[in-house]
Amino acid sequence: MGITQVLFWFLSILAILSAILVVVSKNPVHSVLWLIVVFVAISGHYILLDAQFLAIVNLIVYAGAIMVLFLFVFMLMNLNADTEPQKNRWLKIAGVVTGGALLLVLVAALKKADMKAQLAEMGHGNIGLIHNLGAVLFSDYVVPFELSSALFLSAMVGVVVIGKKD
Amino acid sequence: MQPLTSRSKAVERKPMTMWEKMYLPAIAKGMSITFGHMFKKKPTVNYPEKTRPFSPVFRGLHVLNRDEQGRERCTACGLCAVACPAEAITMEAAERLPGEENQYREEKYAAKYEINMLRCIFCGLCEEACPKDAIYLSETFAPANYTRKGFIYGKEELLIPNPVTQPEEYAKAKGL
Amino acid sequence: MHLTLLSIDWLLLIEKCVLILIIISVSLVIAMYETWAERKVAAFMQDRRGPNRAGFGGLLQPMADGLKLFMKEEIIPTSSSKFLFVLGPGMAMLTAMMTSAVIPWSSHFHLFGRDVSMQIADVNIGILYIFGVVSMGVYGIMIGGWASNNKFSLLAAIRGASQIISYELAMGLAIIALLMITGTLSLGKMVEQQQEHGLYNFVVQPLGFLIFLVCAFAECNRTPFDLSEAENELNFGYHQEYSSMKLGFYLFAEYINMFISSALMASLYFGGFDIPFVNDAAFGAHFGQNPLAILQVVSLFGKIVLFIFFFMWVRWTIPRFRYDQLMNLGWKVLIPLALFNMLATGFIVLLKAHGWHF
Repeated sequence: MGITQVLFWFLSILAILSAILVVVSKNPVHSVLWLIVVFVAISGHYILLDAQFLAIVNLIVYAGAIMVLFLFVFMLMNLNADTEPQKNRWLKIAGVVTGGALLLVLVAALKKADMKAQLAEMGHGNIGLIHNLGAVLFSDYVVPFELSSALFLSAMVGVVVIGKKD
Repeated sequence: MQPLTSRSKAVERKPMTMWEKMYLPAIAKGMSITFGHMFKKKPTVNYPEKTRPFSPVFRGLHVLNRDEQGRERCTACGLCAVACPAEAITMEAAERLPGEENQYREEKYAAKYEINMLRCIFCGLCEEACPKDAIYLSETFAPANYTRKGFIYGKEELLIPNPVTQPEEYAKAKGL
Repeated sequence: MHLTLLSIDWLLLIEKCVLILIIISVSLVIAMYETWAERKVAAFMQDRRGPNRAGFGGLLQPMADGLKLFMKEEIIPTSSSKFLFVLGPGMAMLTAMMTSAVIPWSSHFHLFGRDVSMQIADVNIGILYIFGVVSMGVYGIMIGGWASNNKFSLLAAIRGASQIISYELAMGLAIIALLMITGTLSLGKMVEQQQEHGLYNFVVQPLGFLIFLVCAFAECNRTPFDLSEAENELNFGYHQEYSSMKLGFYLFAEYINMFISSALMASLYFGGFDIPFVNDAAFGAHFGQNPLAILQVVSLFGKIVLFIFFFMWVRWTIPRFRYDQLMNLGWKVLIPLALFNMLATGFIVLLKAHGWHF
């Protein structure tokens, strides 16, 4: 077993375990912290796939900025296990059913997909490097890229509009 | 309302100019001031190694004086205790026994002489009241101790060393 | 290149481990003496003498302070979240240490027949790596502030974190303008470029450097941006409940951050390990590689010391911002300025690419 496999299994187990802990934790702040661990593990996977840029951007944007905002909200709302209202039993069952249905769809979709043909390139290939990524983004995927930037801009303008209204 | 002093100045609240809004010139000015202060002469005195000269009327901790033959001058008359506005001085008198003439100058002496340095206000009235020139305020100051009891100075702390038997310590205590 | 356990270059591993050890100990020693220097600089700027009892000129003062911190009673508040309370200072220290990995400390030494690079990891995303680690550094503050279960700590943590996030944006935009010119993310290559051109980046990017400098102050939580500490408003900020060496870790992490950001600014804008006014390559050819490398380390550390002094100089000159002023400066001044800088740089780079000469 090479070092890549060792790292892969370690990161996968870490990601899955902490993802479970995100759901199971009683304290929402702990949930957020576990979610950060998940992001770090996923960034590790990106590095294994030689996508360093993606890995670090994932860390900066998701773990470093968005999760901090989540933490803000949870810390200021002071949600505790004992102040949280007891949820309706039917609601819980409905949640389990919908979650299970989503899992079913995912499994069915992935079972059909031809995964074997697309072997992940480990440790070589320059797909994830910033130079190639930039070239691809501004040549093959210009329209989606610009569309998403327009989306972000509209979101920003929306925030300003909501913030100004009082 | 009439201004109370001639130095009062109305607060100006006019908007800042572009130059002021940039902050950077003001910051640079402030930085040059602090940098200039780095090379200024420090007014601090390195205290235990160096001391500042006292004025001749400085009043520090008390000293019980001896005469030139090394005999205690104090006769326990109690005038210092009466003069003391802070009531810091207590004493007990005793009669000089035969054979103690080289220790005490007069027939009566202070067997116990205590000054509470926490009460003392260092006014120097005891020094003025003393008819025998027995008590002086020295240039020593800043006593430190761990207990309150330690601040009640007895004769051991107050008496100046004997100029006949301990000339060196005497000279040191006199600050020579 | 297939990575397997057996094909690891063991010599390289040892070399890197030794380098990491050296850099971490140097960072710690420098952080220690930064505390001493801070007190000295503060004293001199306020016409005082500063610590001068422990050792000559107070040089042993940091040891005494460290000893004091170690001997202090360790208190963990009963109503705090214990694991997170301990994790907070650990995170702060870890992230402070990790940033030093991509900074090139010197060109390379020639030892035992091999070229020993003085950069722990020359990853091709160098500068982004630093951003990533710094953005993780927020959690040291946030976790510590929240786990203390104290309102002041929480407020300070939230202030600190929002400040760091806000200024990270302007910092990133300032860096983008620089990256347009250098065309690489690797710090080592940036320093080499500056060496070749003999022109430091701060000449090319004065506005970008200024923005980066201000943001570096904010990222390090130094005065005028020390809103997360703010003794007179929030008692002691996010480390109010901390005592003993856990407090020491927070303070140390701050000083290490200052050291690393000085090193970063020196590398990005002031030629890094390049010796000023000397042609390094010619010098190396004449006197040998090892003396050159040593002189380069000295040169880099000289630049770092100047930056650290600048940090302290500013700290003892400028009072703290009010919170709304801080946010106004970050969002309404620095980010537009950085965007303008970015656009202008892009325009000039484009013109140059099309054959214009200036």
